[in-house]
Amino acid sequence: MKITLNGKEILVGNPLSIVALLAEHDLDSTRVAVELNREVICANAFATTLLSDGDSLEIIHFVGGG
Amino acid sequence: MDKLVIAGREFSSRLMVGTGKFSSHAAMVAALEGAEAEIVTVALRRVDIDNPDDDMLTHIDRNKYLLLPNTSGARDADEAVRLARLARAAGCEPWIKLEVTPDPYYLLPDPIETLKAAEILVKEGFNVLPYINADPVLAKHLQEVGTVTVMPLGAPIGTNKGVRTREQIAIIIEQAIVPVVVDAGLGAPSHAAEAMEMGAAAVLVNTAFAVARDPGAMGVAFKKGVEAGREAFLAGMGEQRDRAEASSPLTGFLHD
Repeated sequence: MKITLNGKEILVGNPLSIVALLAEHDLDSTRVAVELNREVICANAFATTLLSDGDSLEIIHFVGGG
Repeated sequence: MDKLVIAGREFSSRLMVGTGKFSSHAAMVAALEGAEAEIVTVALRRVDIDNPDDDMLTHIDRNKYLLLPNTSGARDADEAVRLARLARAAGCEPWIKLEVTPDPYYLLPDPIETLKAAEILVKEGFNVLPYINADPVLAKHLQEVGTVTVMPLGAPIGTNKGVRTREQIAIIIEQAIVPVVVDAGLGAPSHAAEAMEMGAAAVLVNTAFAVARDPGAMGVAFKKGVEAGREAFLAGMGEQRDRAEASSPLTGFLHD
């Protein structure tokens, strides 16, 4: 299926949970925040939230800032 | 120095430090330690999926510092609210430095969108610290909706020009019912001291540390500036006058 991840369209397997997607990209789930179709997903729901075709996902983390 | 209290929480340090633009994580940590900061700002950005870089949070001891995420990059209230919610979801305490800066050249904050976002975030339980132009009327409106500080700029972000908005900040301080934190534009310890002498509750500094040859030593220098300014404010400074007033006795001269 096709999803938009951080503004970029990518093809991923189906089914796919958020936790699996993070693992695929070597991202530590305790160090990021995730927005799915503009709704914030709590970390404790990463494992149970399955992605659907056409979903738009933002994965953000902390960087230096003033 | 007396304690700073924001939203019922006590801080020993009145110098908040930003973590952007440092040449290395080590330089950033040196500035935090030199400044003896307790409140540290960070930004939120998309992860670069193809090149996930070194995670900055591994360098910041979250038991020692209150992490204050900002909403930098937000161009309107909607984006700022999204970023604040994401910061909370990423495990931050519900403290947010609210920044809405649609103008890329001067990075001046949008007062209307900032007020809109503040109202929403206060209702959602955030402690909101809004970055604003030095506008006393806006500062009042923000306090009325329940922000826990106001953060007027001394000069545009990263300009190192000092407290150019002095007269306006003085009015904000005079009328404030929450701590006033002078944020942005402070390039020298004397700028920080000036803000504190005026009665600011705290200052926030980033660029001055990040561009210093020795960020750690600059942290120490600003800490001293902040402390000197605060102590002078508490001690009560003399008023400026136009004519001289002798310090030495005006009697017993040789020609009397």
